[in-house]
Amino acid sequence: MTPVSVLLLCVAALLGTGVLAVPLIRSTRSMQVVYGASLVFSAIAFVIALAYLVAGLPSAEASGLVLPFGLPWLGSHFRLDALAAFFLMVVNLGGVLSALYGLGYGRHEHAPHRVLPFFPAFLAGMNLVILADDAFTFLISWEFMSLASWALVMAHHRDADNRRAGYVYIVMASFGTLALLLAFGLLAGSAGDYSFTAMRVSAPPPFVAGLALILLLLGAGSKAGLVPLHVWLPLAHPAAPSHVSALMSGVMTKVAVYGFIRVAFDLLGMPSWWSGIVVLIIGSATAVLGILQALMESDLKRLLAYSTIENIGVIFVSLGLALAFKANNMGLAAALALTAALFHVLNHSFFKSLLFFGAGAVLTATGERNMDKLGGLIHRMPVTSVFFLVGCVAISALPPFNGFVSEWLAFQAILQSPTVPQWGLKILVPAVGGMLALSAALAAACFVKAFGVTFLGRPRTTVAEQAAEVDRFSLAAMSVLAALCLFAGILPGIVIDGLAPVTLSLIGDRMPVQTDIPWLSIVPIVESRSSYNGLLVFLFTLFSASLTAYLIHRFASRGLRRAPAWDCGFPQSSPATQYTAGSFAQPVRRVFGTLAFRAREEVDMPAPGDLRPAHFVVETHDLIWERLYLPIVGAVGFAAEKLNHLQFLTIRRYLSLVFLALVFLLLVLALWS
Amino acid sequence: MVVISALFIQAFQMALVVLLAPLLTGFIRLIKARLLRRRGPSMIQPYRDILRLLRKEVVLAENASWLFRVTPYLIFAVTWVAAAITPTFATGLIFSWTADLIAIIALLGSARFFLALAGMDVGTSFGGIGSSREAMIATLAEPSMLLIIFTLALIAGSTQLSTIATFMTSPQVGLRVSLAIALIALVMVAIAENARIPVDNPATHLELTMVHEAMVLEYSGRHLAMIELAASLKLLLYMSLIACMFVPWKLAVEGEGLVAYLVGIFAYLAKLAIGGALLALFETATAKMRVFRVPEFLGAALMLGLLATLLRFVSRSL
Repeated sequence: MTPVSVLLLCVAALLGTGVLAVPLIRSTRSMQVVYGASLVFSAIAFVIALAYLVAGLPSAEASGLVLPFGLPWLGSHFRLDALAAFFLMVVNLGGVLSALYGLGYGRHEHAPHRVLPFFPAFLAGMNLVILADDAFTFLISWEFMSLASWALVMAHHRDADNRRAGYVYIVMASFGTLALLLAFGLLAGSAGDYSFTAMRVSAPPPFVAGLALILLLLGAGSKAGLVPLHVWLPLAHPAAPSHVSALMSGVMTKVAVYGFIRVAFDLLGMPSWWSGIVVLIIGSATAVLGILQALMESDLKRLLAYSTIENIGVIFVSLGLALAFKANNMGLAAALALTAALFHVLNHSFFKSLLFFGAGAVLTATGERNMDKLGGLIHRMPVTSVFFLVGCVAISALPPFNGFVSEWLAFQAILQSPTVPQWGLKILVPAVGGMLALSAALAAACFVKAFGVTFLGRPRTTVAEQAAEVDRFSLAAMSVLAALCLFAGILPGIVIDGLAPVTLSLIGDRMPVQTDIPWLSIVPIVESRSSYNGLLVFLFTLFSASLTAYLIHRFASRGLRRAPAWDCGFPQSSPATQYTAGSFAQPVRRVFGTLAFRAREEVDMPAPGDLRPAHFVVETHDLIWERLYLPIVGAVGFAAEKLNHLQFLTIRRYLSLVFLALVFLLLVLALWS
Repeated sequence: MVVISALFIQAFQMALVVLLAPLLTGFIRLIKARLLRRRGPSMIQPYRDILRLLRKEVVLAENASWLFRVTPYLIFAVTWVAAAITPTFATGLIFSWTADLIAIIALLGSARFFLALAGMDVGTSFGGIGSSREAMIATLAEPSMLLIIFTLALIAGSTQLSTIATFMTSPQVGLRVSLAIALIALVMVAIAENARIPVDNPATHLELTMVHEAMVLEYSGRHLAMIELAASLKLLLYMSLIACMFVPWKLAVEGEGLVAYLVGIFAYLAKLAIGGALLALFETATAKMRVFRVPEFLGAALMLGLLATLLRFVSRSL
């Protein structure tokens, strides 16, 4: 059996699990069966993808399969190559861990029949998208993935917010698929061959390729959450149950990135240099706007969803650089930038899943997503808080964790760009670098806030005071992800070498072999330019911290007395005097908010002696929603209103309309020929 | 033998930075006092302070978590590692390739991340105010720092500090506009990062404009000693960074003899003294600004950094 057929069998098994879940729903063991089966089949798929990527690929050969359904003259093409194997790895690792997490978390699910059938189906859909090798199969799988996730978003449909989230999601998903359909239509050309093999061979004219790239950005970008197509994401991702949120944010957005890479790097042929500029601008705007929105947020899961938008922006910045370098035949630099993007894809799937699992644990323990009603959980949920902290440090791009490595690689790629010949790129790239650094710094602020307000300080409500640690399955899933974050951070060379087949197949170049470099350092180009050794930084820090701690405890006073907090001599008994999410974000809101959100603060302070309560109101505007989407909604509503008249015409008018339409069409035909 | 001597030099540097850091702080305080026509405490007062703090017991807030107790060691260790990798008196130390300039800044970012968390741990309003303001300052200081790094890296063709220092001593450098702009921006960032006047006042407590001191308000005893030492170390680190990138004279090169190393150490001490005196002069000559003027100050640094990088991107010679 070829790897592809085994993978397809896994997909079929996942689909079967989903179908099987329907009659089993009423049984008490249905949850164990569904999550257990999903875990096993995802694990098999993960192992195959990993083995294919690591072992079987010096030659980078792809293996394919054609099944006799789909379009009658086309069949369904499936294919496994390095790129697909990498993304299958990401998807199925996410699948394994969220199924493991679901085994524990699912017990608290009050409507399991709305989750269980769709969970394996969602996993199957994502796998199919990546395996697809013709436009038809790709789009069907894409739509299947969207619908399965839509059903999961609507799992708690009694909440009006969730219904709205589901509505916005389905509209945006349909729009995205339409854009992709048109993009593939352009790529298939007049010959109408929808298989990827044919598209790969035919080089479309620059104008068509450019148009296809724009449509691709609209289609894949709306699924990934690129600004301004991101509006559905912060609504839909938090609405689903937490292990599904982890899949949607940590994994499904990666499938969208896969779609973009597959078309832009594989099918479109040689990119034109301006395509890099478009992607860079959109990517950096997405990164900064996403993380600013996250900073303003006080709902834990919505904060994580906005942070996903930021990370997608970071990935697209690296992809834009890779496109620009590839267009200029700078192979090594393009390989470096693409590696940075893929590394970040992997990292984000690790830490975002971890953080969503942590948020789910908080939700299980307290029933609360609003950070302002939490606090002090580090005492009540010690293990979860450690894992969540690891996720926060990793996503803030701080060494020695994995987020830093991909960020570092992206910066190294930016430093390669003064040699590009186009002035547009020369001027744009440093600004993009600044935006990238800004988003990293904002991310650190955002996750200080997320961890500080949720887990540190004093509990603000009784639910936070009475929280208890979550079950072992959830903790196990989080522990694996936390370990992976550390592993990829201190031994990045192994990951980079694992990505080499992908860059080789897409760009024809690769970064130097990292595992041959002594001391397990990573070196993007040559050592005198730059090098980084996560392992040594980690060991050094560990060594100096333990040395200091040992010396202090050996020679300094060991006395310790517990006392009430000093707080400048004004101890405040009420936990409400602590900083909340909103107050933490206030300085940053003052700096960036007036521009990005037209934020306004109104303080109504009564005069001394006056007994009226003081009021503080913050007003922020989501400019993209207000300036872009509301006018579109208004226009669509207006058009629908007008067209509504057509429903109530007399038969004579209908006939005359038909007649006029016929005349018009004939006229067009006549003029055309 | 070569490895052992290299390891020895590395260990010497690690010890040197820790031992020198309080002296630099004390030196700056002394100069400031003299400039204000006060006598001021002796230069070794910071050592005495740290020893006294080490001998005291820790008074820990009732609901402080393990994070609060671990953070001082973590911050100190991370700052120490960063300072050990930065060239002070010699380039090409045995572990200098472990982290480049970007990684050193990110290491300091880790320290700040945990310090801000520790500020929120006890759950008092002062801790929160310090953490949130620190976060705001960092969001502007870090991008500016990165743009400065870009400028230097593009001129020297490397982000490795040793390589940059070696390049800066070579005659190819010359006078460049982008270097001058980057230096100004770097000084501004260093002032903000080290909580010095006009961004923050290291000498005050109980003032609503404070940032760094507000975060560490609940610390006492050995924990406070570690944090104070880490703060001194960070100041020393930034001075060494500026020194090794902009005035890398007399830096000993790997494998040179003992004399070169001794010359390097004296040159380093002289650079620190000059830098400290300039900082003291600047601090006595300026007033602390309101906290919401800080974004304008750092915004200027960001613009300068961007300008310097742009100059490098568009022109080979500027």
